[in-house]
Amino acid sequence: MARVLINIPAAARRGEIIPIRTLIQHTMETGYRPGADGEVLPRDIIRRFTCTYDGEEVFSAEFSPAIAANPFLSFTLVTTNSGPVVLRWEGDNGFAQTETREITVA
Amino acid sequence: MKRALPILLLAPLCLSASAQERRSGFENMARDTQAMQTDDTANPGMLWVLEGQSLWHQPAGPAAQSCASCHQNTEVSMRGVAARYPAWDEASAAPIDLAGRIAQCRETRQGAPPLARESQGLLSLSAYVGNQSRGLPIAPPADPRMDAAREQGRALYTARRGQLDLSCAQCHDDNAGRRLAGSTIPQAHPTGYPLYRLEWQTLGSLQRRLRGCMTGVRAEPFAYGASEYVAIEAFLASRAQGMALETPAVRP
Repeated sequence: MARVLINIPAAARRGEIIPIRTLIQHTMETGYRPGADGEVLPRDIIRRFTCTYDGEEVFSAEFSPAIAANPFLSFTLVTTNSGPVVLRWEGDNGFAQTETREITVA
Repeated sequence: MKRALPILLLAPLCLSASAQERRSGFENMARDTQAMQTDDTANPGMLWVLEGQSLWHQPAGPAAQSCASCHQNTEVSMRGVAARYPAWDEASAAPIDLAGRIAQCRETRQGAPPLARESQGLLSLSAYVGNQSRGLPIAPPADPRMDAAREQGRALYTARRGQLDLSCAQCHDDNAGRRLAGSTIPQAHPTGYPLYRLEWQTLGSLQRRLRGCMTGVRAEPFAYGASEYVAIEAFLASRAQGMALETPAVRP
């Protein structure tokens, strides 16, 4: 499991715009760099990120080899109901990680 | 008053880094990069701190002891420790840096497989221990046995080396604050190690940074963990005495 840092407010008012910020530990190896032995290192990147809120997809992103290691994402969502925010990263070599945070909407 | 005037006029001409106000490399950074460091949820170095925290509590070796088994209550027991290193090591009768101490403790006390320099495990543990001292002033020990290493460090810092025939001091004392290509030359105060360098795309130690400078002037770098590196670290710590630790810092 990769280490992640997630910043989501635990509670919010209905209709509020809340920021979500995520940082995940990943080498994002481009597939173009030679290693110490001169051989090109195989690509190993995160391909896709999705965020669902209360069962509905609210944000997604396609990643490319040009994205830096340990990618940081920042986006916003508008709160409707209390529910889980599910963050999912998927990538090469079967990389998959899911993190869930609950938001309480008053 | 009149007599003081010529001296005041001359002063700006003979400023060196030692006479300048000491500045952490943090102050040379763009505001975005500073924000990245100060926000713990945006600072990638915190990923290694988290990793270090889990390693700290993970039993290792035949006796299944973790770091936390001895050093309980880490926030208290490890507070200020990183600010004191490099320090004198009784066992080897030589100066030792924080990463060296962690590796030594792991090998001799826990009996666990040794952690290599720049390995993720050692960097993570160093970052976790370093993070406990964040905000504290760098406080090199007054131990007179460290003096020889500090002197050796000063000599290494001021000696010209490599095909470019440059010493550390020529950039970081004589020309600190000026620009080398697009970057401001920092004063070389080791306030945030191990730190996340955007160029490296990962966390790295002070020794890795020193190694980078040495290959930059086309000198042969020392091996990781060499006594020369520890001596330079000890000298830099005495030079940065009193400056606040920022571990894990972010640098461009």
